[in-house]
Amino acid sequence: MNSAASRNADTPLLEIRDLAITFSTQNGPVNAVRNAHLTIMPGETVAIVGESGSGKSTTALAAIGLLPSNGRVSGGQIIFDGEDITNVSEKRIIELRGNSIGMVPQDPMSNLNPVWKIGFQVKETLKANGLDGANSKERVAEVLAEAGLPDAANRAKQYPHEFSGGMRQRALIAIGLACRPRLLIADEPTSALDVTVQRQILDHLDRMTTELGTAVLLITHDLGLAAERAEKVVVMYKGQVVESGPALEILRNPQHPYTQRLVNSAPSLASRRLKSSKVTQAPAEAVSVAEPAPSSAPAEGRKPAGKGENLIEVRNLTKVFKLRGALGKGTDFKAVDDVSFNVKRGTTMAIVGESGSGKSTVAQMALSLLSPTEGSILFDGVEVNTLKSKALFDFRRRVQPIFQDPYGSLDPMFNIYRTIEEPLKIHKIGDSKSREKRVRELLDQVSMPAATMHRFPNELSGGQRQRIAIARALALNPDVIICDEAVSALDVLVQAQVLNLLTDLQAELGLTYLFITHDLAVVRQIADDVCVMQKGRIVETATTDEVFSNPRQKYTQDLLGAIPGATLLV
Amino acid sequence: MSENLTPETEPAQPVAPAARQGKTSSRVIEHFVAPLEDTPLAAVDKVDNTAAPLSLWADAWRNLRKQPLFIISALLIVLVVVVAGFPQWFASVDPTSCDLANSAEGARAGHPLGFTLQGCDVYSRMIYGTRASLTVGVLTTIGVLVIGGTMGALAGYYGGWLDAILARLGDIFFALPLILGAIVINQLPAFRDNRSVWTVVVALVLFGWPQIARITRGAVLENRNADFVTASKALGLSRFSALVRHVIPNSLAPIIVVASISLGTFIVAEATLSFLGLGLPGSVMSWGNDISAAQPQVRNNPGVLLWPALALSITVLSFIMLGDALRDALDPKARKR
Amino acid sequence: MVMFTLRRFLQLIPVFFGATLLVYFLVFATPGDPIAALSGGKPMAPAVEAALRAQYNLDQPFWVQYGLYLKNLVTLNLGQTFSGQEVSAVIARAYPVTARLAIMALAFEAIFGVFFGVIAGLRKGKLFDSTVLVASLIVIAVPTFVLGFVLQLVVGVQLGWARPTVSGAAPWNELILPALVLGLVSLAYVIRLTRASISENMNADYVRTATAKGLSRRRVVVVHILRNSLIPVVTFLGADLGALMGGAIVTEGIFNVPGVGNLLYQAILKGESATVVAVVSLLVIVFVVANLVVDLLYAWLDPRIRYV
Repeated sequence: MNSAASRNADTPLLEIRDLAITFSTQNGPVNAVRNAHLTIMPGETVAIVGESGSGKSTTALAAIGLLPSNGRVSGGQIIFDGEDITNVSEKRIIELRGNSIGMVPQDPMSNLNPVWKIGFQVKETLKANGLDGANSKERVAEVLAEAGLPDAANRAKQYPHEFSGGMRQRALIAIGLACRPRLLIADEPTSALDVTVQRQILDHLDRMTTELGTAVLLITHDLGLAAERAEKVVVMYKGQVVESGPALEILRNPQHPYTQRLVNSAPSLASRRLKSSKVTQAPAEAVSVAEPAPSSAPAEGRKPAGKGENLIEVRNLTKVFKLRGALGKGTDFKAVDDVSFNVKRGTTMAIVGESGSGKSTVAQMALSLLSPTEGSILFDGVEVNTLKSKALFDFRRRVQPIFQDPYGSLDPMFNIYRTIEEPLKIHKIGDSKSREKRVRELLDQVSMPAATMHRFPNELSGGQRQRIAIARALALNPDVIICDEAVSALDVLVQAQVLNLLTDLQAELGLTYLFITHDLAVVRQIADDVCVMQKGRIVETATTDEVFSNPRQKYTQDLLGAIPGATLLV
Repeated sequence: MSENLTPETEPAQPVAPAARQGKTSSRVIEHFVAPLEDTPLAAVDKVDNTAAPLSLWADAWRNLRKQPLFIISALLIVLVVVVAGFPQWFASVDPTSCDLANSAEGARAGHPLGFTLQGCDVYSRMIYGTRASLTVGVLTTIGVLVIGGTMGALAGYYGGWLDAILARLGDIFFALPLILGAIVINQLPAFRDNRSVWTVVVALVLFGWPQIARITRGAVLENRNADFVTASKALGLSRFSALVRHVIPNSLAPIIVVASISLGTFIVAEATLSFLGLGLPGSVMSWGNDISAAQPQVRNNPGVLLWPALALSITVLSFIMLGDALRDALDPKARKR
Repeated sequence: MVMFTLRRFLQLIPVFFGATLLVYFLVFATPGDPIAALSGGKPMAPAVEAALRAQYNLDQPFWVQYGLYLKNLVTLNLGQTFSGQEVSAVIARAYPVTARLAIMALAFEAIFGVFFGVIAGLRKGKLFDSTVLVASLIVIAVPTFVLGFVLQLVVGVQLGWARPTVSGAAPWNELILPALVLGLVSLAYVIRLTRASISENMNADYVRTATAKGLSRRRVVVVHILRNSLIPVVTFLGADLGALMGGAIVTEGIFNVPGVGNLLYQAILKGESATVVAVVSLLVIVFVVANLVVDLLYAWLDPRIRYV
């Protein structure tokens, strides 16, 4: 392989020229990709960066002949190793797949066939490419071990559902590289994984492809990650390549305005907390991309007093879930274990942790949607857990949630007006006229045009829905907003926009945020204080600055180290 | 799992995270920048105000209107409903004025489909038989929706012991297939002696509800933990109000689909029962009864059996097609974003 | 797997008791005198009536009656028909015929249903698919008894390819036509289920990954699409066996098949409650057992289930 690679070292391995891809849809043809071009030299790692819908995955899938059935290459050329494979026969592309071009897909949970053992799925890859010898079993174990799967021979006998996400992704990497392809297409290979696992997997992938001399086409939404892992970055926007070049140069000296936006907004590259553009003049680094909001009514003066005092005090909070086992044998699972922290009025407390750390369970208890097994939560000096119906109803007015999934947090049957009006109706505030005025006001606060109120959630983008969710949360003038991964599902630029909005609202309305996230990079942009959670416990609590400049725990350091591209801009 | 870090917290040396260098290539890489005119920069996440606002139902309706399957079935159903409501508009001959002199006569002017063995007009009986079938179908569907829908929604939403009990109860009724169960019920003296549309409906509802209950339960389960339900609870909405206001409206799509198809199968079930002599009484004009009566002479005069059978099949087909069209239009997977 | 089997088995127990209780309750404990019903409403000698009451334990409280009925069910002491035959003997004669009929119908719907469903699913939106889909809709819409008459008339009488009615011994070859009729509606459901399942799986991520590995189209279809798609179909077929036995009542009537369905129908017409309860209980048992088998089959086919 290496000799082959060096022989052709000066001819591109993959060349995409003026590629156009068209999808036929109900509403006529849609040009998903136009004039895309990129070149990958043997052994090189090239990253395509772009937000969802930018055509980055589509471009890569076209190179391996895997466009969805309604998509086709409508122009340009794809040249692999000197051979034009743009409209090559099904037979030829099958020959190329696996041993010339491999693929590692995005979501490890859905990309392994649930009814076949891992070993079988690796073995059939070898077999399809004529690489299964007499000792195929050993070879399967070898391939899996290479991908960093411990105890590979035994693991090969297991089914996908017995694997964790990280292990599945390792198995998929093993499959992708099993036949030693000269090009590996890695489509967001780690975005579904926890950050620390993400880093381990990327490191491993890096090492393997370097050793094998495999060229990699890495597709990612994260510019920081791209710059860190690739020699060359291609930025795509609306189906077109807007900028491409050496990774570090793109990062440090972006030329196209879109790339500049990306560099400015990427949370992994940001270095300080966002400041509201409305209160102080925004410093040059903290970029606000929010649509300019018309100046809104000044905040009611009921909160600013007492800033700094603890609004929420969590004491020794513990939550135990009973897990159902076979024949009624239940086991206890401690989701939250002796957690204590304070949230000061008017500030943002972030709870950071990976999946299963118990951070969302804390949020649910803080919302009084789940009762703690032990411990207490004091809100404004009052125990939340024991609130009775009337008091609980009043509490609901003061603490509001925003959830992660922008597609799930709004009732698809309610239009935007009814969505934002609902809290006012539940709490019997105002008449229909004053409620409508309030809805307009709220839409304005979240920078949405008033005409939006006749629309339905399915007509809005993820970021817009999240802004509607914020408007709904603000309807009752709450003191606290609990954001449970509120920006995690959003594209980078939209995420920056929502974060800016949250920052502005905090400055304007004196809001207190409890911000639940897995992403330390976001924490730096939004939080004043941080709790780092791991397996139900808080391992570190400090101010954001302290955590970033001087992390005291190994786990916090690992999390910090896992932020891609964190050190590249310095 | 194994790659997870150990749960114990490890105090670490106060070192800054290791700085990682990006990759640099020995090759010369051209720095390409597209001219700005090629891809003008749009405002981030701008609201598209061009199209008219569209609710999910309106969207589904727009989809439906384009489907031939829907158009055909809807027209047929309208026709069936009108025929059931106003049979006299379609047939001038009294279906009950039978003259043995006409027994098994062929078609002639004013009697396009000929006569039954009893000398009744086949066409007229076919038209007038619509009402009974449709009534049983509609009433049974309403019945199973009320019972099955309520049971399923409560079981799915509240879960726990209620769910366990309702699930077992459903299993028990499920163990007796619809027709078999209805046959057993209808042979009871209390039913056999008072046969009417209502006895048939009661029998069918009794054994037809578990299916709707299962569908409803599944749909409610899918929605009960949706973020918008949690959000409304956090707004102060009571648990039951959240069910009524948010969960049920969002669970309706699959229920409507199954209800439409079930309506067709209930009509078949009624006809089958009547055919077996265990359904509607002979005094009620119905397709099932007519088919049953025509059975002995099927070899000599098949038309007498085939015409009501055709009417029955087309009615059932139109409801099943409607269900299919609705499924396509309301499919949550297709309308996701 | 053992635990799973055991748990499923335990779950069936309440269903069995519940369903038999339901049947028993419906037949023997509803308003109206079951003894009068037993005699078809004709007057009978007081001694006979007393004997009958004792035979069906109607002089006992309801729960005792039900308990005794269960005991009789287990010991196959099912009572006698009006003509004095042992109900168990009558059922023993009719049962194999219906079993044969149902198995043939099942084989028929499995083979043709899966075949047409797979092809339609793989060619979604093409002519073959649309044709199959429309045909399946029509089959579902036309009641079984109409289909039965039409096929009997066309195939049996006019074309003379098969005997329009079945002779006493009901051999396999004479059951082909009734089995076809019995299985036809389920066939349509199998086609639709298979088709939907196939076309859903074709868009699964793991199918794309399998293609990206360099597998041939054929292998992707057979190994990755078919196996996954057939899991729901197999479970449907299993559950359908019970339903087919119950549904045989119409088909057996039309073709005069001397099976359980016919037996039940005659018993209902004559008002022989003992036979009705016995046959229905039997069908419930078949249904419940078939469902158990389906559950186990499901677990065997889908490795994810076993560990839940």
